[in-house]
Amino acid sequence: MTEYASLLALVPLLPLFSALILLFSKLPKLWISIFAVGSVASVALISLFFNVIFWQQSDFVLTASLGTWINIAQLKINFGLYLDPLSLVMITIVSGVGALIHLYSTGFMYQDNDLKRYFTYLNLFVSAMLFLVLADNLLLLYLGWEGVGLCSYLLIGFWYQDRKNNLAANKAFLMTRIGDTAMAIGLFLLFTQLGTLDIQEIQIKAHAVWSLNNDNNTMASLCCLLLLAGAVGKSAQLPLQNWLPDAMAGPTPVSALIHAATMVTAGIYLIARNSQLFQLAPDVLYLVALIGTFTLLLGASAAMVQTDLKRILAYSTISQLGYMFLALGVGAGASAVFHLMTHAFFKALLFLAAGALIYSLHHEHNIFKMGGLLKKLPVVAVSFAIGCAALASLPFTAGFFSKELILAQVIASGHSGLWWAAVLGAFITAFYSARLFFVVFLGQTQLSPNARPTKSMSLALVILSVLSLFGGIHPEGLKSLMPQLDTDGLSTLQHWLPIILPFIAISLAWWLFKTKRFGKPVPAFMQGVHQLVKSGWAFDRLYQTIIVSPFNTLCQVNKDDFIDLFYRLIEKTSGRLHMVFSKFQNGQLRRYNASLILFCILAFAWFISGELML
Amino acid sequence: MLDNMLNTIFIITAAIILISALLTITAHNVVHALLYLVITMLAVSLIFFILGASFAAALQIIIYAGAIMVLFIFVTMMLHQGEKSLAQERHLFHFSTSITALFLSSMLFFELIFMLFLTPTDSANSRVTAPSSAIITVKDIGTQLYGPYSLLVVISALMLLSALITAIHISKSPVTSEIKTKADNL
Amino acid sequence: MIPISWVFMLSLSLFVIGLFGVLARRNLLFILISLELMLNAVVILFIAASRYHSASIANSDGQIMYLLILTLAASEIAVGLSLVVHMYRQHHHLDIDKLNKLRD
Repeated sequence: MTEYASLLALVPLLPLFSALILLFSKLPKLWISIFAVGSVASVALISLFFNVIFWQQSDFVLTASLGTWINIAQLKINFGLYLDPLSLVMITIVSGVGALIHLYSTGFMYQDNDLKRYFTYLNLFVSAMLFLVLADNLLLLYLGWEGVGLCSYLLIGFWYQDRKNNLAANKAFLMTRIGDTAMAIGLFLLFTQLGTLDIQEIQIKAHAVWSLNNDNNTMASLCCLLLLAGAVGKSAQLPLQNWLPDAMAGPTPVSALIHAATMVTAGIYLIARNSQLFQLAPDVLYLVALIGTFTLLLGASAAMVQTDLKRILAYSTISQLGYMFLALGVGAGASAVFHLMTHAFFKALLFLAAGALIYSLHHEHNIFKMGGLLKKLPVVAVSFAIGCAALASLPFTAGFFSKELILAQVIASGHSGLWWAAVLGAFITAFYSARLFFVVFLGQTQLSPNARPTKSMSLALVILSVLSLFGGIHPEGLKSLMPQLDTDGLSTLQHWLPIILPFIAISLAWWLFKTKRFGKPVPAFMQGVHQLVKSGWAFDRLYQTIIVSPFNTLCQVNKDDFIDLFYRLIEKTSGRLHMVFSKFQNGQLRRYNASLILFCILAFAWFISGELML
Repeated sequence: MLDNMLNTIFIITAAIILISALLTITAHNVVHALLYLVITMLAVSLIFFILGASFAAALQIIIYAGAIMVLFIFVTMMLHQGEKSLAQERHLFHFSTSITALFLSSMLFFELIFMLFLTPTDSANSRVTAPSSAIITVKDIGTQLYGPYSLLVVISALMLLSALITAIHISKSPVTSEIKTKADNL
Repeated sequence: MIPISWVFMLSLSLFVIGLFGVLARRNLLFILISLELMLNAVVILFIAASRYHSASIANSDGQIMYLLILTLAASEIAVGLSLVVHMYRQHHHLDIDKLNKLRD
């Protein structure tokens, strides 16, 4: 096993070195592309190699160390890498999908003047994410976590000349920062409680410390809550979800990377990685499930009424991440990671296809200005159809297997309310995917494409289509993440409803499309609700009202910093005193003389009055 | 009889001193001021005689009224420009501009008087015995000066030497190099 | 014998007259003259004090202090007058109120 350690070390380092080379060199565009794609593709090959070796094994561990990072007193942090079935799945997704997105980008971004900067960020992004999933301690994970946040900020604001993009980047950075801060506090708490930050040790020690006496479980809940806050921020879940739709400001491949392979999956991974810790806090797990459920309904409903192509996909990502949280919450970590994998395939496919559309249509984002593109762009249309089908979880696509598994796990865990909500979410998901596909590709032609997707873009689309169709192979190695659940006891309704519902939803969408109900203004009495849902349930305005505005008002009120008043008083007093005393310092000898005599007189007067007192 | 006469002489001398001192500091013409100053010095030496310090009286006439006054007069001769200086001086010193000075000095005067004569003092310190009539000869002073007070002689010598060097230095240094306008500094 | 309080009065009056001169005059030469007057007032006090002291059998301390003050006055006048000459050469006046360059 040890002979693979150096190979493992290469996994996060290759993209990092490539990013550094790109940063400090002046290469022609072709070489930039070759370097950037080559590094990530070779990582993808390495992870494929690992997959072949450890095919569907559940109990292998491969470690590698890149040296010591911090070594003070009790705190010893290594640059340690840790490969087990979970991180193997993750690096496969990250590097595989990442490599395809890189390949696609060579076509998509080739005209851009800042190709070098773009690929530097992209490689750094992948490297940070690989560090995150391979870290053997929480601090190194946090390093990757922050690196991912930084790169997302840089990439969302990639076209920095436009102020709107910068604002979106700031928003994403600040919103995730809230979660990151909570997570950092969680790390401190874990270290003070357990004395270690090594992930495996934490799982063991947590069980030793906290499960013995149940009184201490509040501390475990607190740690889990703080980690959850971090995950919620990164994965765009309910209280902190509204940065994700704005993150569409970046180039489309970046959106694909953020939504599919990196960034938002980090939160899922964090909880899955610490699943044993979370099992000590069942309340927090239930909270995870609740958050997931509400988020999936919110995302799905908001996606239903959007008109911007990329915003639809963004809200659908929020909703699908909600499914993963739901699965994590009911203790089905393996299903969550499985859905993460299939979601990475079909969401990357959808985004890349959308990117190809936008590329061909002069950066047009409004779906109602498209239409009838099926014959003009067959490759894009077919791959988009496959992506939508997988999103709607039609039978035998990759999305079907993972979503069915999650629904089965939810019902097996006994939360029937959550199950109904999830099924409703699935219905809405199928509805809006069908709406999206129909509106964009069928009907009247309004805009004709003026550019064809390049070969590299088509190649990436084809590979991802194949993966979305046939990628539903459950990674059996994740068994350890999942408690044994009895999935056989499903009733007929529970078994068949999730399969039938997407078809009903698609039929509904087809009927509405045929009768031209899409794109019409909504009736007056629905106007308010429509606006509310379209703005993502008005969370932006809510935060604006309860946090940003009061803060701005406070800033306005305290513009001169009232604590400064005190210091200004001191300053003014000394200034006044200075003014008084500088009267004596006017450079005139006679004035000095007079003040000398004056003080002599005063001193004598004091002396005399003292004498008279006696 | 002798005491009475001495007292009368003292009062007359003191009156001369004060009047001529007042005239000295209020005169506009430097030459006049110096003449009044000479009168003051001579009267002071008379006071010294009355107090029995004949050596001091002699020195007062020789050095103050002689040497120092000559210095002053030399300088005055160099600087005095007759009527122009007088006009300048009238402009510089006017009684109405010196009310503050008058107030301050009179305050100090009354305070000092108060402290010396009106504050209660303990009897041991205020005992003033009748002075002996023994004459202090120059020989006594010389013995004292080169005996217990020899350090004082050295200090005086050093002081005179440093004053000499300073005076030479100040008057020798060339005038033009002293004035530096801003343009030169730039 | 003259009462000592008379000498005190004389000395104080002379001192205050000199002080008034120092405070009121703006001509450097007059200030120096006033300083001479003040020094003389002090000298009178020294001589009288040594004369009236209880242990004053052939006490010459006052006259020795007088010698010291005399040298002091001579030195002061030497330096002061050279400054007067110097100042007159530079500024062509003796008004010390105009010498306030050290203010800044």
